Amino acid sequence: MTASPMIVVDDLAVHFGEGRDSVRAVDGVSFQVHEGESYGLVGESGSGKSTVLRVLCGLQQQWQGRVTLAGAPLPKRPRRDFFLRVQMVFQDPYGSLHPRFTIDATLSEPLAIHGIGERRERVHRALEAVGLDPAFRFRFPHQLSGGQRQRVAIARALILEPRVLLLDEPTSALDVSVQAEILNLLARLRREHGLTYLLVSHDLAVVAHLCSRIAVMQGGQLVEQLSVEDLRRGSAATDYTRDLIAASSGEIIAQPAQST
Amino acid sequence: MAALLNVDNLQVAFRGPRGEVPAVRGVSFSLGREKLGIVGESGSGKSTIGRAILRLLPDSARVTADRLTFEGQDLLGLSPRALRNLRGRHITMVMQDPRYSLNPVLPVGDQIAETLRVHGAGGRGRELYRKVLDILEAVQIRDPERVYRAYPHELSGGMGQRAMIAMMLIADPRLLIADEPTSALDVTVRRQILSILDDLVSRRGMGLILISHDLNLVAGFCDRVLILYAGRVVEEIEARNLHACRHPYSRGLLASLPRLEQPVGELATLQRDPAWLDGPVYRFGEEVSR
Repeated sequence: MTASPMIVVDDLAVHFGEGRDSVRAVDGVSFQVHEGESYGLVGESGSGKSTVLRVLCGLQQQWQGRVTLAGAPLPKRPRRDFFLRVQMVFQDPYGSLHPRFTIDATLSEPLAIHGIGERRERVHRALEAVGLDPAFRFRFPHQLSGGQRQRVAIARALILEPRVLLLDEPTSALDVSVQAEILNLLARLRREHGLTYLLVSHDLAVVAHLCSRIAVMQGGQLVEQLSVEDLRRGSAATDYTRDLIAASSGEIIAQPAQST
Repeated sequence: MAALLNVDNLQVAFRGPRGEVPAVRGVSFSLGREKLGIVGESGSGKSTIGRAILRLLPDSARVTADRLTFEGQDLLGLSPRALRNLRGRHITMVMQDPRYSLNPVLPVGDQIAETLRVHGAGGRGRELYRKVLDILEAVQIRDPERVYRAYPHELSGGMGQRAMIAMMLIADPRLLIADEPTSALDVTVRRQILSILDDLVSRRGMGLILISHDLNLVAGFCDRVLILYAGRVVEEIEARNLHACRHPYSRGLLASLPRLEQPVGELATLQRDPAWLDGPVYRFGEEVSR
C-alpha cells in the first residue's frame, strides 16, 4: 500500500431544507483514504454517511468544503471523465438495475456513454471477474437472484476500470450466505485490481471484515477514527463508538458448538 | 396458556405457467404470548407464512392447512368482511421497508390515524391527534409533532420504521407479525426498535412472530426459533440454544457470518445439499424424521 491519499475530504458540509425543518446532514467532516486502502464509514441512520458517499460520486452537488480525488479537486458538477475514476455500488440490487435492460445493455451503457470500444469483450471480462457465466448477458434482472444482481451491479461499477469504488451497504439486502460470497468477491477484486474502497455499512462485523480503518459518524459529524484492531478489541475513545461495538457484539452468538 | 395461533400442516403453492410451485410445505407451529422467530433465506417461504396467516396472498396462491386458527377462529373460512375487521385491529404486520409501505403522498400522522378511523376505534379531531402523538412517543420519537406533519421521504429509515410500528400498534393488536422489521436499519437503531417491540409485547401481552434472515438478531431476541429451508421447517430450537443447532443448513448459515471478534481471511460459503429438501429435521436438538 502506498501512502499517497486517494481521497481527501476536508471540512465537508451538506445542508438540506430550510427554516424550522432544516438539517445539517454533514457538518465539518474530514478524513483521508490512501490508495489501495479499504476505509469504512459507520454510524446510525441519518448520521450522514451515505451523504458523504453521494458527494464523492457526484450525486449530491450542493456542498461546501474541499474534496480531492486522486490528486484532483472534486468539481461541483463533475464532468464525464470523472466517473472513469469513481464508481458506486448501491445498496439495493432490486432497485439499482434497469428492469427492462438486459444485463448486456446494463453493462454496455457506461461503455457507450464514455465511447469505449471492444464492448463485447469488456462485458465478457466484467462478468467473469464477478463470477457470473457470460451467458447471463442475455438475461433480465428479474431472472436473477439478489446475489447475482449485486454481482451485476459490481460488474457495472468495474467495467469502466475505476480506481475508487464507493460501496453503500453492498450486502445489507442479501442473505448471510450470499453476503459471504459477495464479501469474498469484493476482497478478491480489491487485491487483484488494486482498488480503493470506501464502504458504508451499519454492520460492524462486515466493516471489520473488509476494512483496515474505520470512521464513526454521528449527527453529521465524524466523531472518531480507529483501526480495525482497535475495533475488534473494543478500545474506542468515545462512548458512542463503544455503544456501537457493544450493540454489535452483544448480538454475536457466543461460540458455535463442534460441527457434527 | 391457550395458544393464540395454531398452524398445522400449512401448505402454500403458487400456480404458474408450468404447474404449481410449492412455497410452504407442511409447516406446523403454535404460538402463545411469546416471541417466535422464523429464519431462512430469501425464497424459503418465511414471508409467505406471515402473509398466509393474514390471508394477504394473491389469488394465484393455493393455501391449505389441516388447521389455521387465531383464538379459535378458522382463518381460512373467514369472509372478506370479517378479515378486514381482523387485519390491522387484532393481527397486524410490520413490513420490512418503510419507504415502500408508507403512503408517500400523505403525512405520517394522518396515516397512523387512519388505522383508528377505519376501525372506528379512536375518536376524532383533537382526541385522535392526541392518540397519534402518544403512540409516536411510545415508539420513542422525540418530536412527535414534527413527525406527524412529515411525509415519509422526510424521515430516516429508523424513524420511518418507528412510524410503521406506531401504526401497527395503535389499535392494540393481539398478534404482531414483524417481517424483517429491522433489516433496513443499523445496529443501534435496531436495538431500540427491538426493545420497543419487546417492551410492548410483554406489557400488552401480545404474541409476536419475527420473520428475519438474521440469525444473531433472532437468537438474541426471540424465545423460540423455526429455521426454514425451501418451505419446510428443518429445525426448531430454543433461541438461546441456537449456537448448538444441529441441521447442516443451520450450521452453514451460522458459519457464513463475519464475526467481529474472530477475523477470517475468507468467509465460509454455504454448500447446499439436495437431501435437505426431504431429509431429517431437528426439534430441540433431537433428530426426528417427519
